[in-house]
Amino acid sequence: MRPHARSQRPPGPRQLPLPLVSTTLFLFIVLSTLVGPLVVAHPPGTIDFSQATRPPGWEHPFGTNDLGQDMLARVLVGGRVSIGVGLGAMVISTVLGTAVGVVAGFAGGLPDALLMRLADAFLALPHLPLLLLTMMLFRDPATSLFGPEYGPFALVTLVIGGLSWMTVARLVRATALTVREMEFVVAARALGASPIRLIRVHVLPHVLSPVIVAATLSVSSAIVMESTLSFLGLGFPPDTPTWGRLLYHARDFLDIAPHMALFPGLALFLTVLSLTSMGDRLQATLEPRRVPNHRPTKVVEHS
Amino acid sequence: MHGGGTPPPHRGCADDGRSHRSTGSNIGGNASTEGSNASTDGGDIPRTPHPAGATPVVTRSAQGGTLKLLLWQAPTILNPHLARGSKDYFASRIICEPLASYDQHGTLVPFLAADIPSLGNGDVAADGTWVIWHLKPGVTWSDGRPFTADDVLFTYEFISNPANAATSGAQYDLVEQVEVVDDHTVKVVFKEPNPAWSLPFVGPRGLIIPRPGVAPATTAVSPTQEVAEVGAEAPANPMMVGTGPYRVVSFVPGDTIVYEANPYFREPGKPFFSRVELKGGGDATLAARAVLQTGEVDFAENLQVEAQVLDQLQQTATSGQVITVSRPLVEHILINQTDPNRETSDGERSSTQFPHPFFSDKRVRQAFAYAMDRETIATQLYGANGRPTSNILVEPPIYRSPNTSYEYRLDQAAALLDEAGWVDHDGDGIRDKDGVIMHVLFQTATGSVRQKTQEIVKQSLEAIGVEVELKSIDSAAFFDNDPANPDTYSHFYADLQMFTIPYDSPDPGAYMQGWICDEITQKVNDWSANNVERWCNPAYDALYAQATREMDPEQRRQLFIQMNDLLVEDVALIPLVHRTRVSGVSNSLEGVELTPWDESVWNIQDWRRR
Repeated sequence: MRPHARSQRPPGPRQLPLPLVSTTLFLFIVLSTLVGPLVVAHPPGTIDFSQATRPPGWEHPFGTNDLGQDMLARVLVGGRVSIGVGLGAMVISTVLGTAVGVVAGFAGGLPDALLMRLADAFLALPHLPLLLLTMMLFRDPATSLFGPEYGPFALVTLVIGGLSWMTVARLVRATALTVREMEFVVAARALGASPIRLIRVHVLPHVLSPVIVAATLSVSSAIVMESTLSFLGLGFPPDTPTWGRLLYHARDFLDIAPHMALFPGLALFLTVLSLTSMGDRLQATLEPRRVPNHRPTKVVEHS
Repeated sequence: MHGGGTPPPHRGCADDGRSHRSTGSNIGGNASTEGSNASTDGGDIPRTPHPAGATPVVTRSAQGGTLKLLLWQAPTILNPHLARGSKDYFASRIICEPLASYDQHGTLVPFLAADIPSLGNGDVAADGTWVIWHLKPGVTWSDGRPFTADDVLFTYEFISNPANAATSGAQYDLVEQVEVVDDHTVKVVFKEPNPAWSLPFVGPRGLIIPRPGVAPATTAVSPTQEVAEVGAEAPANPMMVGTGPYRVVSFVPGDTIVYEANPYFREPGKPFFSRVELKGGGDATLAARAVLQTGEVDFAENLQVEAQVLDQLQQTATSGQVITVSRPLVEHILINQTDPNRETSDGERSSTQFPHPFFSDKRVRQAFAYAMDRETIATQLYGANGRPTSNILVEPPIYRSPNTSYEYRLDQAAALLDEAGWVDHDGDGIRDKDGVIMHVLFQTATGSVRQKTQEIVKQSLEAIGVEVELKSIDSAAFFDNDPANPDTYSHFYADLQMFTIPYDSPDPGAYMQGWICDEITQKVNDWSANNVERWCNPAYDALYAQATREMDPEQRRQLFIQMNDLLVEDVALIPLVHRTRVSGVSNSLEGVELTPWDESVWNIQDWRRR
């Protein structure tokens, strides 16, 4: 975390909008999950008991698991799923949250009250039991709709995205409320601008910066949530190597083969860390006045 | 040699020697002394003293304290005749007792019976048409009512009433009627000469349940049907009453059961603990750790953990040890003979109306059997606690068929699929025929060994061009008995599934009944029947019918072996691994004595602290 002294004033002109190290790291992780599985020597699913629980070495840089499957390949393929779910859920929660927030903030009155109480209700719901229930109920329909490969993916992404739009909605609403009363908006309205145009031209550009920040942070929380689901043995089919699932399998082998937990754990940790750090810096750059509270949610609660 | 019918080891012993322990408990049962307020341990004063007398035999010399049990597959029901899987039998076996049960030598040990019927004492008909059980006098239910022959009759009525959808029905199919001779004598009459007289009321599926809520004096005139329907509400009443050493205090299905010492238990000084806590949940590895390393629990059952992990845990064990018993456990893959993807008009899938698109062809089933790498699964995942098998009938050893064999040959498997017309027409790497793609959904219960077996099987099947989708279902849901839950093994809404069905009589009659056509599990019987594969073969039915009548033990043994061979040869299922039951027991606990033919807690009244 940044020291407070520096965060009190706007960043200097030479400071980059994104931290170099964490952005590079995140891009590196994304690229390697995309390209890596194509170049790695071993496919992620091949079982070879003669190679079981090998420690990291030249042949298997991340070692192997108890079935002799290559951990490097599995971590990379698992990253595709985990990051894919994170980004997908981010898009869903951002679109949904922005729509709800803009409508609530701009319309005010009854729609505002209804939508915000809905957001409160969603915030109050315990997410994990709800996720488990949804997975139980809709796994089969989703599988038959999108096929065994993409069905669980679509479902997990939808559910996680559908449960994390509230932060964005509250942020957007707060900004929209402010912008709505500003003189240039009043002027535009007096000139006869339609509500759609007002939202598009005046409100959306103003809410952009808090939305970007919230979106960045929501990717990391979605990845963690997906890992939790996989860790509980739900979510994806048992042989899909997501990071959470890899950790789940590794738990029994902590004594024998700690590398089975180390590498997926490290990948998860670095991804979430780099995303959080990117979000923090974005926030410092885009809304310098709000910096002392580094979590956007807190900002809303204080305002 | 007539009448015994059960395998020679058991019959020989049962006729001439009852175990010392059983004789002792019999004496103890008669010596119910008054001890009303002498309770010193945990205040075991009965909550509902019965007006008719029956003073509780309050335990005097018990040690007190709490016995902690752990089942990672959590029990969901306490009525043993509605049980699904060992977890439920385990939980109800602590409360309820059968008339008798087999010990590790295949000898019948009396529980509620005063002695074991035999040809010698005239309690078993020479022609095999009936058996007479004498019950222990002075036995009291845990609510204070006396135990009589009428309760045995009720148990039979409950099980035989189709409205109750009892799961232990197979043991009782050959029973014509149960007669109450007097308060402590019952006569079980069979439909036809039955060599397996020891199936009903013996072992976990023979647990006696009390006639509910009716005063003993009036039970004799209650219409059978009506009372049995009252019994159907038993699942709604989780506080199962039994004659066993402990009685239930609270029950949260799928979570925790708390028992307390049954103050009416007939053996003085037993049980030793004042309280038993049975926790459910977690997984096999956590359970193994809890008993072997951290010592949080005294006993954990069914430690189906990877061989490598179990070895490691045993080496570093400080608080407990692993004990095993060779139980009739065969981990096997069931092949669905019906189409799980087609629905009948009333929404039932896997209905016998629609045969399976490719498993109805025997060559396809044979190909799948060739694609199972049993050697690897057994050695790598089960280690010392499992060996590959090609038989479904494995215990007692005299029933193991020498005629079957297994081979892991992918080339043979591929050739069979080619021959059956399943080839890759569209070049996507997956076999198809007439527009049907060879895609299988392979489901099992959650558990790391099972998931790894799934992966090994998947790899082999994909190598021969079969698309495999894996699914794992939480064991509480998979082994559930709720007809509304589509994820249970008996619904079998998948193409393949894998698990183990234990059987608990040295006589395999009831077990082998699970593959006859009449036992096909469907919506009409609330998915409570045992033929989950929906496999129907008249030749098998004929063999089974013959075995139920055959009084010559050797002939009968041959018939069972032929039935096993038919199941394997026709590939109704694919046996994989003959497992031993692995349990963990705390070093501070003694008296644990396992038997292949009953739950581990069968002698829980003798468990005590060192």
